[in-house]
Amino acid sequence: MTKEEAGNGRDDMLIDDPEPQDKELEAFPERIKLYYGRWLFPHADMSKWMAYGNDGKHPACDQSYFGRREYSFTLENDIYMRFQSYKTALELEKAIKDHCPFKIDIGPVYSVDPAKRHAYSQSGDNIFTPVEKELVFDIDISDYNDVRYCCSGADVCLDCWPLMTIAIKVIDTALRDDFGFNHILWVYSGRRGVHCWVCDTKARRLNNEQRSAVAEYFRVYKGNSNSKSKVSLVGSALHPFLVRSYNVLSDYFERKILCSQQLLSDERYESILDMISDESVASELRGKWQGNRRSNANDINIVRWEQLKHLCGRKKTPGLRRCVEEIVFSYTYPRIDMEVSKHMNHLLKSPFCVHPKTGRVCVPINPNLCDEFDPTNVPTLSKLLREINTGGLQAEGEKVWDRTSMGKPIRYFKDSFLQPLLKSCKEEMEASYNAKVQQSKNSLGW
Amino acid sequence: MEVMRSQKKASSALTSSNGVSTLNLYRSAPTLEVRLEDFERFAVDRLLVLRGISDGLARGKKPDEMEKLVADLLKAHMRHPQASEVNNKDIISHFVLRLVYCRSEELRKWFLSMESTLFRYRFRSVNSDVHLSLMTELGIPYKVVSQKEFEDLRDQLNLVARSANQPLPTPNGLYKVSFEEVPELVATRKVFIQKGYAYVALNQVVSFVVPHFRSHLSKALVLTNRKWTSMIREQEKDRLTPIVEALATSYLGPDYSQDKEVGEISLKDIDQVARTSFPLCMQHLFNTLRDDHHLKHGGRMQFGLFLKGVGLKLDDALAFWKAEFSQKVGAERFDKEYAYSIRHNYGKEGKRTDYTPYSCQKIILSTPGVGDHHGCPYRHFSEENLRAALGKMGVSSRALEDVIEKARNRHYQLACTLTFEALHASSCDAGINHPNQYFSDSQKILKEKNMSTD
Repeated sequence: MTKEEAGNGRDDMLIDDPEPQDKELEAFPERIKLYYGRWLFPHADMSKWMAYGNDGKHPACDQSYFGRREYSFTLENDIYMRFQSYKTALELEKAIKDHCPFKIDIGPVYSVDPAKRHAYSQSGDNIFTPVEKELVFDIDISDYNDVRYCCSGADVCLDCWPLMTIAIKVIDTALRDDFGFNHILWVYSGRRGVHCWVCDTKARRLNNEQRSAVAEYFRVYKGNSNSKSKVSLVGSALHPFLVRSYNVLSDYFERKILCSQQLLSDERYESILDMISDESVASELRGKWQGNRRSNANDINIVRWEQLKHLCGRKKTPGLRRCVEEIVFSYTYPRIDMEVSKHMNHLLKSPFCVHPKTGRVCVPINPNLCDEFDPTNVPTLSKLLREINTGGLQAEGEKVWDRTSMGKPIRYFKDSFLQPLLKSCKEEMEASYNAKVQQSKNSLGW
Repeated sequence: MEVMRSQKKASSALTSSNGVSTLNLYRSAPTLEVRLEDFERFAVDRLLVLRGISDGLARGKKPDEMEKLVADLLKAHMRHPQASEVNNKDIISHFVLRLVYCRSEELRKWFLSMESTLFRYRFRSVNSDVHLSLMTELGIPYKVVSQKEFEDLRDQLNLVARSANQPLPTPNGLYKVSFEEVPELVATRKVFIQKGYAYVALNQVVSFVVPHFRSHLSKALVLTNRKWTSMIREQEKDRLTPIVEALATSYLGPDYSQDKEVGEISLKDIDQVARTSFPLCMQHLFNTLRDDHHLKHGGRMQFGLFLKGVGLKLDDALAFWKAEFSQKVGAERFDKEYAYSIRHNYGKEGKRTDYTPYSCQKIILSTPGVGDHHGCPYRHFSEENLRAALGKMGVSSRALEDVIEKARNRHYQLACTLTFEALHASSCDAGINHPNQYFSDSQKILKEKNMSTD
């Protein structure tokens, strides 16, 4: 990638943000009411998801399943309602429309109705425990603040967003190929990151220890401001998962991050040299780079990176070659909020919420097309309401969303995530039912 | 559970040629005939093994040291003159101790932990045929990896082995299990994982067999407890119950089997001397540490230096603190963050000053904050808490009023002196000025009492 292209990226970003955030924040309470009330939020599909096929007529359906799920609402002024539960899809929809929460969090399915947990707590046998929850991941761009120079805090732009794209690619592939999961939903968190919901039955039933194990499997980053190297790659080879991930990382590192973050510019190259274990190599590079500002056609970051790789690869010490990998990992490898993934009873914001600070809808991201996802161009509340009002779409009905910019994300949610998920739920249900019938037949034989 | 009468051997019994029993899963209670004296003697022998393990763990022994320790302990205590009886002894002693240790949460936790450790090290020492038969018996679904599949995955498998510094896998020692069965191996990326299956080498099998063993035993202990309280205790009240109950206290109670050197205490005595001879401030820190497995800095200083003063050696001090802290923060963090300050207290780090234990005056003047447990209870406790604490120590209600009265009038050291006198039924004319003085005076009196009763 040339400098010219990198510059273009920045221009795009300016054009892409026609809605100043302040305007989005105006009248949020009224607008969110319209969003829930006028068929923009996909109430029915969300409930279909949460029911996992238990809302059908099949004798194996667990009619209590839907009602044992915990929801939490955050209302205006940070009023927080935990342990809400609803017996049916209609009850849930009504509650959302009545309360108009600024944020909806989804919790686990408990052993008993979470609204009645106090009644069970009297018995003292700890009957009230979480029994199922999607395996979730939360990745937040602000955890990358030490390796991105374009934005700080909760801001995000097209220069740093590729870090999220990398995270989606690395984790999505591992969840499917390594762990064998199929029903995975990636969602934009509305401001500065992404959420991942793994919904296979097997994933929902993992205990805390198993959840931790998956999260730890993904962990490479050892955030510590006192050590120069922020990842620890030990052993004489990399685990196959890391080898595969490294191919993604180095591609993005060289094509995007290196130039967009100007990682080897004069002000920044020292922090990378710090990560080279061989002092003589580091000072040789420093010597080459100091005061060297020749205006080459090639981007200086690319030139310097090639020099660094060449020097580190030239020496025969394997530790030195590992340095190149460690640099790439440090600057690009996904940084997961471990606590969110480790515990079954951790809540996570529901897809299709609207972020009250940005007005952006938490829309699903198709991992196969995640390169194309642009966080600055997702549907916003004001845009959606404008679309309804100008489109002459006053008629109420299930399909209103289809004629707005919610159409694409909701269609993706239904067709690529929900339908295949419900199909496997149904198959599993029938399989377990048939097994049970078979078993009882056998035992009748006695 | 019927202990005393009857039938077949447990099916999983495996006895090696050297006469030391190898590995039982203890899936079902034995139905052997047991002589009453064997019932108790076998249990005591096993208890010695488990206590040895507990001691080894507290001292932070490494896995290979533990393996040797376990082998030595088994050799020392679990042999039987008749080779054929070794396995029975193993089974009987295990089930007797189940009865002894099923009776409270704390006892169960200890027993579970020690039996699992014992099982882990025995498992490591038996051969792979035994491993496979145990996996089958535990109902762990596994598939043998075919030669073809092995060839297809060879590069990946070799990468994993090299990344984890493990021996390269061989085609006949490799199994596929669901990744959920081996969380420990997944978390550390010590296995290759594909489509939900972890490829586990035989030498890694132990890491998922032990959790199965443990969870089975844990459930069994709860059931045994139910049977014990509902039936056995009453049915056996003239015969087994006294033995079972005595076995539990024989562990928890004092151990005078060794002559104590003057001015020294060792780890195994600490619970006992804490009860009899620690002043309230130190008992409180000790109990808090045992309950929370943590003390903040002020508490670590006050209590750590006191322990040094009563003669706990550095190695024992490290083992003692580690045993508690590692339950909360993990052994690794303990070594990194806390061990230094303990060595520091003993003058082994920093400016190498040999710090002296805190006096009453210093303790009274300290200002414990939120979450702190150090300080002088007579000054820093609320009256209700002080009453409760003194009551728990065993101060009679009449003496308690005097103590409270003194504390209320801010005569904290006098309050402590009165407590000492009430508990030891003996006067303390000099008054209490130092926690370590409280301790040594108390030990002196207790020794005299012991001599006169002996």
